[in-house]
Amino acid sequence: MARLGMVIDTVRCVGCMDCVVACKTENQTPEGMNRDWITYATRGRYPDLSLTIQSERCNHCDNPPCVHCCPTGASHVHDWGGMVQITREECIGCKACLASCPYDARYIHPDGYADKCTFCLHRVEKGEDPACVAVCPTHCMHFGDLDDPHSEVRKLLDSRRHHTVMPEAGTRPQIFFLE
Amino acid sequence: MSELISTAQSPWVDPHLHVWGWEIPVYLFLGGWTAGIMVLCGWALWKGQRDERPHATFSLASSGLFILAFAAISLGMLALFLDLEHKLFVWRLYVTFEPASPMSWGAWILILVYPVLLMGILLDPPLTLTNRVPQLVPLLKKLADNLTLRRITGLLAIGTGVALGIYTGILLSALGARPLWSSAILGPLFLFSGLSAAAAFAHWASPDQPEREYLAKIDNQFLASELAIVLLFLIGLTTSTEAHLQAAQLFLGGAYTAVFWVGVVGLGIVLPLIIQSLAVTHRVPHTPLAPVLVILGGLALRFVIVSAGQISHWSRL
Ligand code: SF4
Ligand code: SF4
Repeated sequence: MARLGMVIDTVRCVGCMDCVVACKTENQTPEGMNRDWITYATRGRYPDLSLTIQSERCNHCDNPPCVHCCPTGASHVHDWGGMVQITREECIGCKACLASCPYDARYIHPDGYADKCTFCLHRVEKGEDPACVAVCPTHCMHFGDLDDPHSEVRKLLDSRRHHTVMPEAGTRPQIFFLE
Repeated sequence: MSELISTAQSPWVDPHLHVWGWEIPVYLFLGGWTAGIMVLCGWALWKGQRDERPHATFSLASSGLFILAFAAISLGMLALFLDLEHKLFVWRLYVTFEPASPMSWGAWILILVYPVLLMGILLDPPLTLTNRVPQLVPLLKKLADNLTLRRITGLLAIGTGVALGIYTGILLSALGARPLWSSAILGPLFLFSGLSAAAAFAHWASPDQPEREYLAKIDNQFLASELAIVLLFLIGLTTSTEAHLQAAQLFLGGAYTAVFWVGVVGLGIVLPLIIQSLAVTHRVPHTPLAPVLVILGGLALRFVIVSAGQISHWSRL
């Protein structure tokens, strides 16, 4: 079984927001709503400061509370690759999934359904990378099968220190940030 | 120092991204109140009590409270419906059962609640019904005289009432992203709050003096239990992880401290408990003040928990 995920190199990321623009263009998200975003975390004591820049989105969690709480089954784990997806025609817009996501990755589309990053399922099914990964000018984003020992993402994780966002929330995120 | 700047969308910046407004707390309150009425009236039916008056009243053994509960839960469901963003798809709730989703459980529990309420009403049918459809009278009389049926209806009402009351709290605890809510104790808290609001209302509305006294006494017990559960809820949060501790801080010095301690606990639980304790020992007369405070306190509890819960977060720095 494939387990699709992302590995993002925070050392290379410059926070240019190309991934944010690419997603907006590719997925035509409505005004004021974005499926991905950038965080800039500054730590330390002046002048010894360190800055970590991360491109973030739905973590396609392995233990996704948004799927567990959905009363209609609209939020579900895709039968291939473990991606978390939403069937629009089944969503009643109850917002339980919005309330359950620790990352605030979801929003209600003006048409009434819950929406979020799909890992660009329509591209991935054709063998392409998600739009954000494809446009990154520093090539800091990698997408692939985490279960495949020969995949680039697996090799990166095996060889570099990495972290996920808020692992203590118990969601088991599948987007990893290299340190 | 640790500082996080995020370009993510946020409901604090863009109001259109808010999750739940007034609809959900109103729904949770009306659901809890209905649950309380079902348990209290169910208990009276289980004991085989019967109101001998020729018309429906608000005594526990009659159908007036069941009729009001019917209206209350319907209003609650209307509030819930108004909150849905994809209203035309609401039927999707009823073509599946998702065992991991409390909301799905709730949708099906609500389906069970209606026939039980209807049965409670038919056991002591209101005059409007019997006058309009007199042909039904012999059958309804037969049903009402059947003690086994009364007891079974009572048992069903208690069972579905408890399930409904607990579900209104568990609905929130299953949403793990909000540390304030991730406590199963919200189930019993909302159940006891529903019971106390229902007992307060029934005490106020009952036509029987002894029953009014009895209801004030058990309302005191419900209020005392509710107070204990509130304290356990806070102890549970403050002895857990940093995120839960921060969530508890919302009530212990944070933004919701005043409304929680003064509104929910002080005016909604402690003050009516004191007034009713004095009233049941005949040191002050019974007035509608205590029941009104209990009912408003129950509503305030839902508003505070739903609103504060949406602020509480796992912290990432
Ligand atoms: S990041 Fe949020 S929306 Fe995405 S799978 Fe995890 S819990 Fe669900
Ligand atoms: S808003 Fe839609 S996807 Fe989210 S929990 Fe409700 S029905 Fe499921």
